[in-house]
Amino acid sequence: MAKDLVNTLADLKEKEALGMVQDRLSAGEDPLRILDDARRGVEIVGKRFSDEEYFIPDLVYSGEILKQITDMVKPKLTKAAEVKRLGKVVVGTVAGDIHDIGKDIVVFMLDVTGFEVFDLGIDVPVQKFVDKIKETGSGVVGLSGFLTLAFQSMKDTVGAIEKAGLRNQVKIMIGGGQMDEQVRSFAGADAYGKDAMDAVKLAKGWIRG
Amino acid sequence: MEKRWEEMTADEKQEAQFQKLLRPKDHEGNDLKFQSPEAEANYKANITRIKDAIQLKKTPDRVPVTLLPSMFPFINAGMTVQEAMYDYDRCALAFKKFILEFKPDMHIGAAAPGPGKFYEILDYKLYSWPGHGVAPEHSYQCNEGEYMKAEEYDLLMTDPSFYFRNFYLPRVFGALQGFQMLPPLTGILEMYGVAFNFIPYALPPVQATYKALFEAGAEALKWAMVMGGSNGELATLGFPNILGGFTKAPFDTIGDTLRGTKGIIMDMYRQPDKLLQALEAIMPIMIGMGLGAAQQTGNPLIFIPLHKGADSFLSDEQFKKFYWPTLKQVMLGLIEGGCIPFLALEGHWGSRLNVIQDIPKGKTVWMVDQTDMAKAKETLGKNACLIGNVPSSMLNLGTPDEVKACCKKLIDTAGKGGGFIMGNGAFFDEAKPENVKTMVDFAKDYGVYK
Ligand code: B12
Repeated sequence: MAKDLVNTLADLKEKEALGMVQDRLSAGEDPLRILDDARRGVEIVGKRFSDEEYFIPDLVYSGEILKQITDMVKPKLTKAAEVKRLGKVVVGTVAGDIHDIGKDIVVFMLDVTGFEVFDLGIDVPVQKFVDKIKETGSGVVGLSGFLTLAFQSMKDTVGAIEKAGLRNQVKIMIGGGQMDEQVRSFAGADAYGKDAMDAVKLAKGWIRG
Repeated sequence: MEKRWEEMTADEKQEAQFQKLLRPKDHEGNDLKFQSPEAEANYKANITRIKDAIQLKKTPDRVPVTLLPSMFPFINAGMTVQEAMYDYDRCALAFKKFILEFKPDMHIGAAAPGPGKFYEILDYKLYSWPGHGVAPEHSYQCNEGEYMKAEEYDLLMTDPSFYFRNFYLPRVFGALQGFQMLPPLTGILEMYGVAFNFIPYALPPVQATYKALFEAGAEALKWAMVMGGSNGELATLGFPNILGGFTKAPFDTIGDTLRGTKGIIMDMYRQPDKLLQALEAIMPIMIGMGLGAAQQTGNPLIFIPLHKGADSFLSDEQFKKFYWPTLKQVMLGLIEGGCIPFLALEGHWGSRLNVIQDIPKGKTVWMVDQTDMAKAKETLGKNACLIGNVPSSMLNLGTPDEVKACCKKLIDTAGKGGGFIMGNGAFFDEAKPENVKTMVDFAKDYGVYK
């Protein structure tokens, strides 16, 4: 039974997955276990995405199903779910750029693979990145950008992190639309990732050390 | 005696369009007066070169070069994007400077910034632009949203124009709220009852909407006169703008600004049949949009930016089911009408090349962004002319020597035997002028076919 929800969600069967959650809640099952199954289902989705078996639509759809499940389960939760986290990552779309589709997918993938993600949103001023790194002690920063105007903003952000004396404690990755290796070198970041799988691989590599 | 347009084959129509371009007229319908015999010779050589590259029947004299910028001409002239959007004369002047400085064989006009005041009059909500949510020096950006709701497909399909006017437009233009109160035009049938249809036009919100429309129309015309003047002047100097208009792949029409990215993704799973029906329903409208624009401007190239069919956006199966069939029909419809679909493969499209190469030969042209050009040449390039693909990052951050090496590789692979136009891969804002210059000059020099 428990295994079913995991696979049903992984296979993106929305109605059936929601039905199972409803049944299990009605049967009085521990909501934390249901959430845990849901999370494992989405983890499989992430794996299939990495294996190029799934594509962006599958990710987005699984995220939507997960959100509904969370909404159903939440009112029944008595204590917050405790999840072991791999590490902390700060992510945002750099100053001047207001695009969020790519960044949201990166945040989603990092989250479902077990990172604690601090999503700063779009058009993020450099100081906000600096403050968040200080506050959370994150070891990884992901900068997203869509347009060529983001090249300079990425460089400025890396510069500000450096100036704040934090450059040695973080690894910085960039990605999105028109970014590539040349932009990475210009911005002074540590790595360029071409998609959300790369973001996960890079973060895992760095956090394991 | 010449054949009538309706009797011509697609081939003959395309040829006739090119012949028309080779004998350009001014806005009064007289033969265009070039500023010098040299300008006239350049103009005609440019058109002929592009024609040869597109038709794939003979190798052009050299690789043609185009520049397809977004805000670069204005930034390069020291203006902010905001200034380019609000000062039409300076916008046109900067564009002229850009063309005279870099001298591409063809261009697409100074219209990219658009008329800022016009967007203000209509209170456009779909985009943020300089001074309205974006800094003065940055380009306008789209505000992603579900402007059409999941349950509105039937409304859209029953009467697309009614749906647009009464539902979609009031959501994306603050000043067009009055449209919500208007009845469908198809109710106006006979004497009895006809007057009822007109009552809403007496209501203050409707009148306010019409007032905004008149003002917006006047502003758009003011801007268009400057843009038209700019195109005309550049033509007399030997630089043709052969962009005839724009349309979209039906999947992008729905996925970009109606349902939005997330919306259309949900529909592929939750209501695939509705989505497929809607794609079919708007397909002829997209053909009409292109044909109509070409008729108005007299130019055959119809731009179709391709968005949500890129590599990671859809699975192969989804691409073949949702994206490709109606896009192909749009292309065929345009070709049938004598137009040349000018598609932009935005982002990465390597996994789609085998599918999209299945098109009539010598009838289309494709701007290639991040797809591998050698692979594109081997597939799509057998049937179509390719443009590209010097990367934005290189134009912006590279050195002239790197640009040269990139262009050389492009000419050696994609340029082989014709069917290739040198150009940038993505619409660019920031770039080093010397890199742009190098790209054009190198292609003109090294790109000569022997
Ligand atoms: C869809 C689209 C639009 C839509 C957007 C609205 C919508 N609802 O979809 C519409 C039609 C409105 C549009 C408008 C315009 N667009 Co547009 N658009 C695109 C397009 C095709 C896809 C963008 C997208 O949705 N990406 C979706 C996400 C999933 O991709 P992503 O952001 O790249 O993210 C992935 C990876 O890059 C990576 N990633 C992202 N962030 C990070 C961070 C880290 C740390 C890592 C490791 C990885 C990573 O992971 C993500 C998931 O795998 C791109 C071309 C392209 N294929 O990239 C052009 C593009 C962005 N647009 C462009 C342009 C020029 C415009 C316009 C200015 C055109 C015009 N004159 O009107 C306008 C305005 C700009 C804007 N976009 O707001 C240019 C920008 C060039 C430039 N100068 O920078 C592009 C690149 C097209 C091109 N080849 O020229 N656009």
